[in-house]
Amino acid sequence: MTATTTDTAPDHLSGHVTTRIGHNQKDLVEGATGPWEVIIGLEVHAQVTSEAKLFSGASTAFGAAPNSQVSLVDAGMPGMLPVINGECVRQAVRTGLGLGAQINLRSVFDRKNFFYPDMPQGYQISQFTQPIVGEGRITVDLPDGESFEVGIERLHLEQDAGKSIHDQHPQKTYIDLNRSGVALMEIVSRPDLRSAEEAAAYLSKLRSILRYLGTCDGDMSQGSMRADVNVSVRRPGEELGTRCEIKNVNSLRFVRQAIDYEARRQIDILEDGGEIDQETRLFDANRGETRSMRSKEEAHDYRYFPDPDLLPVVLEQSLVDALKVGLPELPDAKKARFIDAYELSAYDAGVLVAERETAEYFEAVVDPEGAKRDPKLAANWVTAELFGRLNAADLDIAGSPVAAAQLGGLIDLIADNTISGRIAKDVFAAMFDSGKDAGDIVAEKGLKQITDSGAIEALIDQLIADNPQQAEQYRGGNTKVAGWFTGQAMKATQGQANPQMVNQILKDKLGG
Amino acid sequence: MALDTDTVRRIARLARIYIPEEDLEPLAGELSNIIGWVEQLAEVDTDGVEPMTSVVEITPEQREDVVNDGGYRDRVLANAPDTADGFFTVPKVIE
Repeated sequence: MTATTTDTAPDHLSGHVTTRIGHNQKDLVEGATGPWEVIIGLEVHAQVTSEAKLFSGASTAFGAAPNSQVSLVDAGMPGMLPVINGECVRQAVRTGLGLGAQINLRSVFDRKNFFYPDMPQGYQISQFTQPIVGEGRITVDLPDGESFEVGIERLHLEQDAGKSIHDQHPQKTYIDLNRSGVALMEIVSRPDLRSAEEAAAYLSKLRSILRYLGTCDGDMSQGSMRADVNVSVRRPGEELGTRCEIKNVNSLRFVRQAIDYEARRQIDILEDGGEIDQETRLFDANRGETRSMRSKEEAHDYRYFPDPDLLPVVLEQSLVDALKVGLPELPDAKKARFIDAYELSAYDAGVLVAERETAEYFEAVVDPEGAKRDPKLAANWVTAELFGRLNAADLDIAGSPVAAAQLGGLIDLIADNTISGRIAKDVFAAMFDSGKDAGDIVAEKGLKQITDSGAIEALIDQLIADNPQQAEQYRGGNTKVAGWFTGQAMKATQGQANPQMVNQILKDKLGG
Repeated sequence: MALDTDTVRRIARLARIYIPEEDLEPLAGELSNIIGWVEQLAEVDTDGVEPMTSVVEITPEQREDVVNDGGYRDRVLANAPDTADGFFTVPKVIE
């Protein structure tokens, strides 16, 4: 026994107890000596959405001039005392409720002691043995429509560090403390994930829930969400193997790459008769590989102790209840409602609810007051045409040049036979480029569907007269030729003839 | 409890305090004495007693989520031994 305290988290905090039973054959990784199961747990650092920092009144806004958003508390000046931001506490509680987790009415801030140049206090204020949120559970959906549950071990509040910039000077590292002291939620999953795809799907789902809750903007490119990825491998059904932790992976793609690389590395070592060293590793995005962070070897003795500057956080149950009442409809509930109320497929509903803004856009298209439109048609337009164009233009739905009401207007024109579905795609393209209403574009370009049966009859009479050979084939029993005639009729009218009427009239004329 | 020199060396390293090799042995003795003295507290029976977090019964103050601090870069950097372009600078640290 030494004067230094705990080296690593006690078992119940280690996040290394899986709650998932059994395995999927397809997730096993084939090695030279048989199949291996990959075991993954994620520690996600999610920046709390707040105006001010966790313990100071300095701003959290992204992209400000260096050190312009730093209080003397964040700079670790002697004698400065932290005072907790109540909104950050409420955000953590909202998140815990959104993850279906236990809320701890009493939680404690501890000091995690280590040195790094961008951490001026010499310790990070975090929560160790008594986090604000305990165990929870989320349902994760895979692209193939399957879903599975992932256990949440805990969620705790902690301070972010500053930012080190290494490429400004040959011998120096530049330090910006703007991020120092910003509130983070560390969300620790159980090692319930079994493949890179599952890990990515979990991270996507977690991000979606946080964004619905408004407790984290989920912007990985700005560092609002980062993941430490714990990876180990084992023979199916056997004891958990030794794990490695890959630090600070900041995109879904990198999470996938890091896991695939790390699993393969561990399998190769074990199959060569070697052993895995429990260690912290770094993901090198340029090389797509992980490597050991040797300098961290001795840094793991964090000597946690309760921060004497901060009293425990004590919550009233009534506050928790009030926050619960104020939660928005979350993705799972919304998906179930979309399937139920709009009779959408699970796939379409899943795509539409992944982002809150998309779900709101869709509902504004399908169900604005007094004008309920065909949900399936609306879903197709949003997920196929709108998404396609937004992706091509590198826009998100908030930046869509076509407002929900305008897309609704276009769908109305299809529904009342003013234009055909095919013409509608051209109209939509013009709407996307110009921002104009569908009706205006149809009027301007004269795209209104031809529904005058006299005009269509005349056209078809002409086509039959000009192509006696094809007409003969049809009458001789080759009814497929009808499709050729339809094509000719649509071509002659630049697609504006009503296709159903063309087909009907053709059938009458050719058959007669 | 007695501390050995290896433990003292490790603690010093973790705290970034330089201690010459010849000082480790006497320091281990001094620290062991201090810890031994404080350890007398362990003789008190504290079963069922909640850890005391404050000498007075108070509910900790919570800050409103408003920006009312920061914006004084030069004050923050004033004591730094070395700065450039508004950054603190330190000898290069990179993995």
